[in-house]
This record gives sequence, C-alpha cells and structure tokens, in this order.
Amino acid sequence: MSDGETAGDILEAGAEGAVLASPAPLRLESGAVIDGLEIAYCTYGRLNAERSNAVLVCHPLTLDQHASGRHPKTGKAGWWSQVAGPGRPLDTDRYFVICANVLSGCGGTTGPGSIDPATGEPYGMKFPVVTVADMVRAQALLLDALGIERLFAVVGGSMGGMQVLQWAADYPERMFSAVCIGAAPRHSAQNIAFHEVGRQAIMADPYWRGGDYARQGVRPEKGLAVARMAAHITYLSEAALQRKFGRELQRDGLSWGFDADFQVESYLRHQGAAFVDRFDANSYLYITRALDYFDLAAAHGGSLAEAFRRARDVRFGVFSFSSDWLYPTPESRQIVRALNAAGARASFVEIETDKGHDAFFLDEPVLHAALAGFLASAAQARGLA
Amino acid sequence: MTREDFREIVRLVRPGSRVLDVGCGEGDLLELLAREKGVDGRGLEISPEGVSACMARGLAVAQGDADDDLDYFPARAFDYAVLSQTLPQVRQPRHVLAELLRIAEHAIVSLPNFGHWRVRFDLLAGGRMPVTHALPTPWWATGNIHLCTVRDFTELCDDLALRIEACAALANGKPARPMDPKHPLENWRAESALFLLSREGGGGAPVGGGEKTDLFG
Repeated sequence: MSDGETAGDILEAGAEGAVLASPAPLRLESGAVIDGLEIAYCTYGRLNAERSNAVLVCHPLTLDQHASGRHPKTGKAGWWSQVAGPGRPLDTDRYFVICANVLSGCGGTTGPGSIDPATGEPYGMKFPVVTVADMVRAQALLLDALGIERLFAVVGGSMGGMQVLQWAADYPERMFSAVCIGAAPRHSAQNIAFHEVGRQAIMADPYWRGGDYARQGVRPEKGLAVARMAAHITYLSEAALQRKFGRELQRDGLSWGFDADFQVESYLRHQGAAFVDRFDANSYLYITRALDYFDLAAAHGGSLAEAFRRARDVRFGVFSFSSDWLYPTPESRQIVRALNAAGARASFVEIETDKGHDAFFLDEPVLHAALAGFLASAAQARGLA
Repeated sequence: MTREDFREIVRLVRPGSRVLDVGCGEGDLLELLAREKGVDGRGLEISPEGVSACMARGLAVAQGDADDDLDYFPARAFDYAVLSQTLPQVRQPRHVLAELLRIAEHAIVSLPNFGHWRVRFDLLAGGRMPVTHALPTPWWATGNIHLCTVRDFTELCDDLALRIEACAALANGKPARPMDPKHPLENWRAESALFLLSREGGGGAPVGGGEKTDLFG
C-alpha cells in the first residue's frame, strides 16, 4: 500500500465490489490455517484524508457485501439501503462504509465453495469450521490491507451484531463506536435447535452428497429451501404472520390434498425457492455452525463484562425489537448490563414493533431516528464535521 | 419550560463531572447539564419513547428501570446520580436509594412532599386523595406507589446512614429555598424537596465548588 493511487483504487471498491487477496494466511480459532484467503467487499462513500470516517457494516447470516447501492448482478437495492446510503442514518455522504462478505460465505469471500489450493477442487466439507471470532479476524485483515487503523464505527444486526460484539472484545482499540442491533451474546438452545433443523434438512437431501455436490454437478436445493423456510419463520413475529396471511387460502376452497392451500405455505415455499438461487448449502452449514459456537462470555471466563473490559472507551448503541423472538430483548439487555458493568458508555432501546427479527431491515422510523442521533453524536465526539 | 428542580440540579452539579440521570425522560435535564456544565451524562429511562427521543438528541441513554438496572453498574462509576421526581414510582425505594449511593459519590433526589399542608388539608377536610401542583395526577392515573413526607425521607436517609449535605424546598415558579429538612415546620411548608446526599463517612469530595450553604442560594 505504498503507492497512494493504487491504495485509492483498491480502497474504494464501490458498489460493484472488489476482492482482496490477503497476503497473510488466516489462522483460525480451531488451529486450522486458511492459505490464499480472499475477501470480497464493497464500499460506499469516500474515505476522508484522516482516514477517520470508515464504518464497517457486518452483514447477517444469509446476506452479503451489497449493503447499499445497486447489486451489480440483480440490479436490486442493497439489503440495508433503508439505513446505509446518501442521507440515510448511516450517511454515505459523511461516512466511508465498508461491507465484506463473511468468511465461509458464498459471495466471493473464501468459503466451502472455494477452490482448496492444496487439491485444486472445491473445499466442500474439507473446509475448516470457522467461528465468529474468525470472521472478525478476516475483516481486520481486510482493514489492515486497506490501511484503516481505526474505524469510526462497527455496525451490524443479527449475526452482524454478534460480529460487532466480537469486535469490541477483540479489537476495541480499532473502533470508536459500535452499533449492535437485534443480536445476542451467545446462541441459545432454541437458536441452536432451529439451526440444527436447517442443517439436517440440507444433509438429508440426496443431492448434498456429503457436501461434495459442487464437484458432482448437483445442488441440494430441496434441503436448502426447507432450511430457509424453517429459519424464515423465526425472523417474523406471530403477529406479523397473522396480519400478513391469517388463514387466507390461495384459491377458493381447500384442495383436500397437500398443495399449498394456505397463503402462508405458498409464501414460505417462495422464500425457500428464491433462497436457493442466491445461497450455497455448505456455506449455510458453516455459518450456522459458527453462530452456534458463539458464546462471548464463555470465551472470557464466563463473564460477559470481562469480554468488554477493554472496550470501556467505545460508545455502544444497542437496539432490540419488542417482537423479536429469535434474539429477544433480554439478550440485548444482558449485553447492556455487561457493558455498564465494564464501565462502557452504552445506549440501549427496545423498539416497539410487531415485525419481529426482520424489523432491522425494514422501515422503522424510530430505529432510524435513534440510530442517526447516536451516530451524529459519536461523529461530533470523534471530530467528524 | 425548565422544571424548577432542574434549575437547582444544574446549579448543584460540578462542571465536567460524570452524571447518571435515573428516569431521565426525554433527556431535558441531561441536555441542560451537558450544555451548561459540560458533564459526561448518561441516562436510564423506562419508556421506549423517552429513550428513543434521547438517542435522537445524541444522549447516551439506556432503557431500563431503577429497580432492576442500577445493580449492574460498578461502584462509584459516577460523581452524581440524579433521581428527579422518580423515587415514589419505584418498587423498592430503599434499595434504589442505597444503590444510587453505591454507584455515585452523591445522589441528588427530588420528591413531592406528602406532608405539605395542602395535601394534609385535602385528605383531612375533603377526604380525598390530594391533587396538587406537586402531585398533579388523580389517584387512578398516578405512577406514584411509594409517596412519602420529608420526615419519612430523612428518616430513611438516617436508616441507610446517608448524609444530607443540603436540602431545599421547591415550589411552583419560585426560586428554591434552603431548608432544614428535620425542622417540623418544613414538613408542612415544602411542596417538593430536593436533597443532596452522600454516604455517611464516605468522604465525598466537596461539590458545587463553593460553600455548601450557597448551593441552593
């Protein structure tokens, strides 16, 4: 990164995105090492001369680095365009927003679908199991390569929120503020249980072939679709499902069979079918595993406050949703209490909504106003005009 | 409009100090303290509307309540813990008061005085729950579940070995009037009262940067 022009070009990958080939191998929590690590990322906005306005957005389980702008392939708006973009709470006219595809994902970052340099074949199940800490370490490698020492903020919802917490535990000196939305400090038994249903559905698909489907030219689409259907239910509240579908039928009358009689069935089938077009089954296995292994307190002698001990100078904004039963409010409250115990500066609000876990993508004016206020005051404290 | 106890609290707080406002509402006091005294302020507020408003104003406020959430702060994390007109609404006033002075060097507590003559008169002559300036809500709508008199409160402070460093009577639209909270007459006269507390023998640093007698002057 000695050549300024090159640095600029690589830095501002734009909404099209770029892939960084990490010069350093990635050593994983399990002890395994990934050589030839590649990290796919997008950027929005401009990095200022002081390099002090960079914001890392950590994406949730089934999404990717296309957080804002237009997705170069689908042409659709980025998954978090409501929050990140010009004039939005995460204002890309002010901040330089970076979003990287997560380690073991399928959006261009090294994962089970990548070619194993040792064999020249896709990794499949030979890919090492990764953790949320490994995902964060890969992001830190990206920032090293981009020459960004300290982020203005690390921001994420759901699995992204867990990465934010991991960032605060592992690299507090590299962040000024943190925003954690609809997340938890560890995966509960219920969280693990739902993920296990999804994984079993994938692995029960005859086309999964022990994870070797890519080499054999098939895809476990049925299994992945069922996994998505089960997971999707956990993203919505009971009230939202009822409001949207109730017991409405697809056609007049019952079929007296097993077609999708009810609109909610049809909706879920559609969700499953659309998902397999954009997601890889093995990536789904690896990422859900990483989440199940996530337990921030356990990694710090059983004390969550201990995990945040070095992060007392980081400004935290924690948000939960009243109808989120995947990562319900008590999980966020536990995070906030641990932050308070650690002496960190924590703001926290539970947003009233019936939209469930998915509320964090949606139009939630109260969330957006609180988030904008939080970021603006942090920006002022950081000296970002 | 600034509530009369806010003006006194702002006057009381040392510039640049760390303040926790328990029950901070929409953050009016915190904003005032930040603007006029440059304090490092935090808030605790039970209503999501209040917290959202605070965050939109850029204040560091967490949703939570005095009964459950003070326990999670480390000892002496703040210079001041402020409980403005909130004590009668908590489930465990005794516990909350003790916690305030565990997490902060000083507590600033304001509360309506149920011993005020008008309150006594309403009950005695009218036979009704009083509705006054300090207690504006009818009994069926009030959040106050632990009302007390100035005398009750000073006895609780004694019981918890808390030192009353200063005390003032507050009345609608009038400047605060320093008072001796143990004087029997004051329990009739004060509509609301504001207390500056510290731990007995806690060796709290002097506050306000001046003579204690001037704090409410």
